[in-house]
Amino acid sequence: MSEPKNSETKKSNANPAPNNSAERPAAPQVLPQVLVSTSPHIRGVRTTRGVMLDVCLALLPALAAAVWYFGLRALVVTAISIASCVLLEYLSRKIMKRPQTVGDLSAVVTGMLLAFNLPATLPLWMIPLGALVAIVVVKQMFGGLGQNFVNPAITARIVLMVSFAGEMTKWAPPLDGKLRWATDAVASATPLKVLSGGEMPTESLLDLFLGKHGGSLGETCALALLLGAAYLCIFKVITPLIPGFYIGTVALFAFIFGGFDWHFALAEVLGGGLILGACFMATDYSTSPIHWKGKVVFAIGCGLLTGLIRFYGNMPEGVSFSILLMNLLVPLLENLTAPKAFGKEGKHHGKTRKAS
Amino acid sequence: MGIFTQRGIKVGHNKRTSSIQPVRIEHCETVTLLMKQHIGVPCKPLVNPGDRVALGQVVGDTDAPLAAPIHASISGTVKRLEMIRVPSGEDVQAVVINTDGEMRPAENLEPPSIGTREDFFAAVRASGLVGLGGAGFPAHAKLRSAAKDANILLVNAAECEPYITADHREALDKGEAVIRGIRAICEALEIREAIIGIESNKSDAIQKLKALSTWHSSANLKISVGVLPSRYPQGAEKMMIHTLTGRVVPLGKLPSAVGALVMNVASVAFIGRYIKNGKPLVSRTVTVDGGAVHTPMNVRVPIGIGLEELITFCGGLDSPPAKIILGGPMMGSASPNLETVISKCNNSLLLFTRAQAELMQESACIRCGKCVAGCPMKLMPCVLESAYRAGDLETLTKRDAMGCIECGSCSFVCPAKRELVQRIRMGKRLLREEEAKRKEAAKA
Repeated sequence: MSEPKNSETKKSNANPAPNNSAERPAAPQVLPQVLVSTSPHIRGVRTTRGVMLDVCLALLPALAAAVWYFGLRALVVTAISIASCVLLEYLSRKIMKRPQTVGDLSAVVTGMLLAFNLPATLPLWMIPLGALVAIVVVKQMFGGLGQNFVNPAITARIVLMVSFAGEMTKWAPPLDGKLRWATDAVASATPLKVLSGGEMPTESLLDLFLGKHGGSLGETCALALLLGAAYLCIFKVITPLIPGFYIGTVALFAFIFGGFDWHFALAEVLGGGLILGACFMATDYSTSPIHWKGKVVFAIGCGLLTGLIRFYGNMPEGVSFSILLMNLLVPLLENLTAPKAFGKEGKHHGKTRKAS
Repeated sequence: MGIFTQRGIKVGHNKRTSSIQPVRIEHCETVTLLMKQHIGVPCKPLVNPGDRVALGQVVGDTDAPLAAPIHASISGTVKRLEMIRVPSGEDVQAVVINTDGEMRPAENLEPPSIGTREDFFAAVRASGLVGLGGAGFPAHAKLRSAAKDANILLVNAAECEPYITADHREALDKGEAVIRGIRAICEALEIREAIIGIESNKSDAIQKLKALSTWHSSANLKISVGVLPSRYPQGAEKMMIHTLTGRVVPLGKLPSAVGALVMNVASVAFIGRYIKNGKPLVSRTVTVDGGAVHTPMNVRVPIGIGLEELITFCGGLDSPPAKIILGGPMMGSASPNLETVISKCNNSLLLFTRAQAELMQESACIRCGKCVAGCPMKLMPCVLESAYRAGDLETLTKRDAMGCIECGSCSFVCPAKRELVQRIRMGKRLLREEEAKRKEAAKA
């Protein structure tokens, strides 16, 4: 009620009476090179760049397989995709006057994943267009790394797919490691297309596993992709939850609705983009739930949607659409599956267990 | 679901001082005894400049229940009383004593005679004991509040913080005192079971304590050793209670809610020694380590020794320290200079080189979930952090920010090097202020 009085008392507090001042410590001397911060004073060695580098390394076997099957053009497609993603990331940060983040290598990962989702025969000028969608529209416009709510590479693939349906589904038949420029751009059916036509693909299951079939350049070789995924799991970059439950759900779905034929179910798992999607796209940190319960629900949802689209939809392939749809559900899942704080359940009270 | 629910994090141990016994500092020029070395009410100095004091003589005390008396840790002359700013930012009164070089003990130091439970509490209070693990809660108050409910005593020798080995040495060298302490506490509080919790990386201490506890167990008191996984923060009360007994302390409650009493191993060993010789708390073991100090080692120091004197004892500095940490690297506090002193609850002094102290630039959260997987309290640190930055008190409350034990695991594992626990701490403060405001409003 009396402002001036208050401020006066404050003042007199700030300038203590002489008899108190003797007791007050002098302002503590701060040694010039000594850092002061709150705990913890040490940090783990893992960095964002390290995580991204791990993902890039994990994608290398699949890249090698792509070159083996689809020629050097696969490498060129990947290089252009990475270069345009990195350049666009750099430019958008620059134009938006935000701290430069191109060094975190996340744009390299996006570039590689985008390329893996494209046919090796795609006209090269379409690639930067995809990169523009992925990096500028999906990622940077929503605030950059960690803020995008859908997977950049998948969205870019879908945009290219609906824009250039012809070019995006012209699958080249695989070469056999004869290091050539490229395969002849003959339209060939992917195993999934054949499967959705109600027939078994001509390739053997082993060929499907090794990647000797038509498809996007990085999706065909299940062996290489699984090697990369194993690397990521061993170094704890990802958990096997999403790949496991996603692939498992699709396999089960195909087994049940495909007439209990395990051969058919395996062809469904290996013939399309499922392994790439489940191991590298659905596991994207920004667009998948954080908690393990959420991850399981997310993965099963992806699997069911993939099965539904493949069996009852118009398209032979449904991986990218299902991941995109489930991406949109992540905030909801996150809320529903948030962990309960330790001690909040209160169901263990008084229970005793003997110590070892 | 073990692999999905295993909480806590792996931290490099860096425990290079565990192999040799602590070295006692026999001669200390000056000690500065802070009048508040515990959680609670500060003591009032009972001596004046010029007074001669003996080792173990009470120099500070108060009538308040939540406090522990302060004893002279050397004999000599009181030089002055002064105000000192401690690393937490508080200004604390202190008694500065210059040594007479004699370490002359006070005359009335006798083992306490303990007949009743009340005698025991009084003796523990008179000993000046506070939680030696770092929290500094007055031990007599803790024992008193636990007396009603406690049916199990857990001795915390986990020592999950990197670098520190003071408790490891205590468990290894003072095993007999630990057992004596356990028996005294359990007798007074009528507890019939005690478990010594110790991390698996201290196999020598585990062996020794296992032998001792088997030998000293009886029908009335079962003493055992519980081996904890070497995972930070196993030494946190709630984690330890859960690992050793399976009991879950309800959120926001104290261990007594599940009948557990947790005490640090050095505190228990001190009680064991005190009931035998009556010598109050005037010294403690401190781990001195970090790249900047010449000889990393455990030192038995008089309470109140200045950091400079302690460092000189350890062979001085190899390079100017870039960070001075009192306590462990995960939960200790950084001091801006070397003018601070060792108090009862400082278990370690770390002097980091520039390379050790350097912290990386923060970058955006990539939602990797490492902080969630690592949180021992099953909170979502990344969510709480962004809620704090948005001033979103509702989310902070809903997601139990107050349950955070501030162990720092989240900040440690974050690949984006985000200051998670630091901001959650601030978030807790916001909640506390809000709560205070609400109470104020309710009163009016």
